[in-house]
Amino acid sequence: MKTKIKIQTEDFDVGAELDALIAGTDAGAVASFTGHVRKEGDLTALKLEHYPHMTENEIARLIGEAEKRWPLLAVTVMHRVGSLSPGDRIVLVAVAASHRGVAFEACEFLIDFLKTHAPFWKEEARGAERHWVSARTSDDEAMARWRK
Amino acid sequence: MTLLYFAWVRQKIGKSDEVLALPASVTTVETLMAHLKRQDAGYADAFADPARLRVAVNRRHCGFDTAIGDEDEVAIFPPVTGG
Repeated sequence: MKTKIKIQTEDFDVGAELDALIAGTDAGAVASFTGHVRKEGDLTALKLEHYPHMTENEIARLIGEAEKRWPLLAVTVMHRVGSLSPGDRIVLVAVAASHRGVAFEACEFLIDFLKTHAPFWKEEARGAERHWVSARTSDDEAMARWRK
Repeated sequence: MTLLYFAWVRQKIGKSDEVLALPASVTTVETLMAHLKRQDAGYADAFADPARLRVAVNRRHCGFDTAIGDEDEVAIFPPVTGG
C-alpha cells in the first residue's frame, strides 16, 4: 500500500494531494477529511506543537491498524504545525480503495484515532490571552466505538 | 535518560527537554515523576494531577507503571489535541 505522512508548517493543496494519492493505483473510490481552524468568537490564532518522530511513528502505526481492517490502496495524512489563523487548513486524511464503503470507514477511523493518539497540542490565542486547548471527551467516544 | 515535555507541561517545567542521570530508586515513569517533583516547584506544579497527563516511552504511548532505564526517551505531556 502507498502511504504519505507529512508534518509541515506550510499549507497543502488538497486537489493535488488527492491526485497524487490515486496516481498508480486502481482505486475506484477516494474519501478525504480536511480539518480547518474553526472561526469562533474572539479566536485570533492557533499554535500547534507536536512531538517530532513520535508523530510520524504514531500516524504510521494508525495507518497499519486501518490496513488490518480494510483493503486499502493508498493513504495520505498531512498535518500542519506552527501558527495558524481561523479558517486555515490543519489536517488532511485521504484514503483510496476499490469501493466507497471502505474508503469512508477507513478515513473516519483514521481521523478519530489521529485526534486521540497523534501527539499534537493546540494553543489558542484570544487577543492577548493564550490557553491550551483541552482534550474533548467526544473525541474519546468517537475513537472508542471502533474498539467494539 | 532523555526527558521531553510538551505544551503546558513544558511551560510549567520551563524547558522542553533534558538529559538526566537518575537514582536507582527511579524504575518506572511513576517513580521518575515522584523523584522530579521533589527537585523543583515547576515539576511539582506540572505533575500535580496525573489524570491530566499522558506518557510516552521511546515514542509509544504507555502507562505510568512502565519500566524505564537510562537508555530510554520518556515524554510527559497533556492529552493530545490535534486534528
